[in-house]
Amino acid sequence: MAKITFITPDNESVTLEAEQGSVMELAVSNNIAGIDGDCGGVCSCATCHVHVAPEDVAKVGAASEIEQDMLELDDNANEYSRLCCQIEISEQLDGVTLTVAG
Amino acid sequence: MSDDLNQTCVIIGASHAGVNAAFALRKEGWSGPIVLIDGDSNLPYHRPPLSKAYLTSDDDISSHLLKPAVSYQQHNIELKLGVVVERLDATTKQLSLSGGEQLGYDKLILATGARAFVPPISGLNSAKHVFTLRNAEDVNRIRDAYNQLAAQNRCRVAVIGGGYIGLETAASLRKMAADVTVIERESRILARVTTAQMSEFFTELHQQHGVNIATDKQVEAIQPGPHGDIVRCSDRSEIAADLIIIGVGVRVNTVLAEQAGIQLNNGIEVNQYGQTSNPEIYAIGDCSYHHNPHYDRKIRLESVQNAVDQAKVAAAHLCGKAKVYDAIPWFWSDQYDVKLQMVGLSDDHDEAIKRQEPEPNKFSVWYFKQDQLVAVDAVNHAKAYVLGTKLIKTQQALNKANIVDASVELNLANLTS
Repeated sequence: MAKITFITPDNESVTLEAEQGSVMELAVSNNIAGIDGDCGGVCSCATCHVHVAPEDVAKVGAASEIEQDMLELDDNANEYSRLCCQIEISEQLDGVTLTVAG
Repeated sequence: MSDDLNQTCVIIGASHAGVNAAFALRKEGWSGPIVLIDGDSNLPYHRPPLSKAYLTSDDDISSHLLKPAVSYQQHNIELKLGVVVERLDATTKQLSLSGGEQLGYDKLILATGARAFVPPISGLNSAKHVFTLRNAEDVNRIRDAYNQLAAQNRCRVAVIGGGYIGLETAASLRKMAADVTVIERESRILARVTTAQMSEFFTELHQQHGVNIATDKQVEAIQPGPHGDIVRCSDRSEIAADLIIIGVGVRVNTVLAEQAGIQLNNGIEVNQYGQTSNPEIYAIGDCSYHHNPHYDRKIRLESVQNAVDQAKVAAAHLCGKAKVYDAIPWFWSDQYDVKLQMVGLSDDHDEAIKRQEPEPNKFSVWYFKQDQLVAVDAVNHAKAYVLGTKLIKTQQALNKANIVDASVELNLANLTS
């Protein structure tokens, strides 16, 4: 079980719990604003962009090459960017904070 | 204006276009009733996984939902699922629904999509295991039939049609250990949708994975054989199959549009706001024939991108905002471990430049028309796809020598120097 906190574009803080699946699926199934996941989670659309809190970067891990490339579609991308369809939920993610970039 | 936002908007078709339109309407301030109708009784789901991850899994379609059930309640979107709109009367603005209900609308969005085309092949109706692949129920039936046949060691699959659906299905069934033949009428697979060099790559990819690619074959008849069916082609060749998948394209669902008397032309004709010739009726997604400003021509697209973008434009216009459709089309296809990403429209290019990276199965093809970049096909190369997306938009002059030369790093500076 991992508790994940999303900061939405309206600066609302929402903490959700999950055991498995991707972070994008968790966000979409809980109506987190700004996470669309249009391609269904195959790293094709870049509509699930989040900024990982700097202190959580080690827990969340780095973006793969294709993910880093896709992030360049968004001018808002920075060193903390991830496409959250590519982040698998595990206990390791417990306590992380993700700010929706969209 | 505030009165308009209190009206009833009915959306027919609850796939990517219809669902996105419903939520976009709420986001843009529509306060009146929104009713979303679909003949499919499942909660609306993602379509692209149907030929890929969904086919190879034993997932329930509820693990691929576009939105969770609670989202529709929270946004006050009424779902009528498993309900077919039988008649559209645009004069009285009334819909006749299966089950007898009459439903009035103020504004109507047709997101009616397309259906799989079934060609007139002799013996097709009496063949045992023939399927099209368009919705979750189709794939459930394919999975069930394949699993039953495979249990009897009957794993021969004929896929009629070498387009993206056919090839993705072939790759998925191959993963499920099927013995697959793709039967294509044209001289190359993907003939209708991409260039010869992409066709060549995908032919080899499938052959390497053990799929038999049979081109120049017009299917004439399906006949019962001693074991399974025999697919007979016009060149007298015969392909034995336990299961047959038909993926030869679609027909747009225009019956309701015809009843409404709105302008049809390769689908339902719409303006830059998604509005049909009847200003109270919009058409979005696969069914809409629209103008693309970037390419300055009218097109009809079967893609998630087009469905989502048109949904947002139509919703904005219904809420009194002057957003116009101005997207560069993009698509993707996943087959085996290959990710194909396409941006732009390549069909009227006059020059194609291929860049092969040192790694196998990683390359990009850059399409130009009068020295203007019009499209990029990228295989396992998201960077090329992303750069292509940016450069098609900006219309900058490109350094073609640096595109071809894989020893030159692929980045904006090198491409535009």
